[in-house]
Amino acid sequence: MLTAFAFYLFAAITLLSAMMVITARNPVHSVLFLILAFFNAAGLFVLLGAEFIAMILVIVYVGAVAVLFLFVVMMLDISFADLRKGAMQYVPVGLIAGGVLLAELIAVFVAWRFSNSAEQNIAVPTPDAAEVTNTEALGQVLYTDYIYAFQISGLILLVAMIGAIVLTHRRRPGVRKQKIEEQVSRTQEEAMEIQKVTPGTGI
Amino acid sequence: MEFFEIGLAHYLSLAAMLFTLGVFGIFLNRKNVIVILMCIELMLLAVNINFVAFSAHLGDLVGQVFTIFILTVAAAEAAIGLAILVVLFRTRGSIAVEDISSMKG
Repeated sequence: MLTAFAFYLFAAITLLSAMMVITARNPVHSVLFLILAFFNAAGLFVLLGAEFIAMILVIVYVGAVAVLFLFVVMMLDISFADLRKGAMQYVPVGLIAGGVLLAELIAVFVAWRFSNSAEQNIAVPTPDAAEVTNTEALGQVLYTDYIYAFQISGLILLVAMIGAIVLTHRRRPGVRKQKIEEQVSRTQEEAMEIQKVTPGTGI
Repeated sequence: MEFFEIGLAHYLSLAAMLFTLGVFGIFLNRKNVIVILMCIELMLLAVNINFVAFSAHLGDLVGQVFTIFILTVAAAEAAIGLAILVVLFRTRGSIAVEDISSMKG
């Protein structure tokens, strides 16, 4: 009963805030509603018994991705009202596409059954939560059976990081910076010169 | 489908609605790249809900493992997408989608 109440609460807030994400006039509000949607989805994951995913969702999505969105939205100086101009003419197309998609999903949902062999195809059975915590169980699978996929996902993050830096880094002309290699490669000959000064003349 | 008996069906319906909202949002905000990126995040969230719901229903931990990978890819995608957006804004002074179509070379 309490679980059902929690589910309906989280699900309703998730859907409502998702609605607000796509309809809000100000993108800053969109990002804030996106954060609300992620928090409630994390609550749903807790209800499902996936605590680690829920915490990861809060840390990665709310802590990193949503804040990144917030930075970019606030950094770019754009008139967002102009971008929304004429948005209403796409509503019928969007409703048709979304309606068709929803109808297809419902059709799949109605027609779909678990196959009889689904029980035998379980790759890694979830251990009893009283003995092994969710995080520990995930770690036991992730670092053994899926170690290559895990390493590749780390590589993807590295490539994304380097790519983002390379894309956004710019060399501005006219900025005086310390050039260490030029300082180090100076020699005595080019750095100083000895002049003979005859008395009474000066240089 | 019992109303107070929360099962797989409830989570799948929620994920389907969330995914549809994401698709609808792309149509509604088709000029604003930032909101389109946010809509993609919403759709990925719907996929994650599906994965975790099946994982909990079948008692198979692999669904949650795949959710972690999806989260990784989503984070990378958001970082790269926003970096491209910043560069685009620097060179064009706008982020409207129709201006991007004239990008050549």
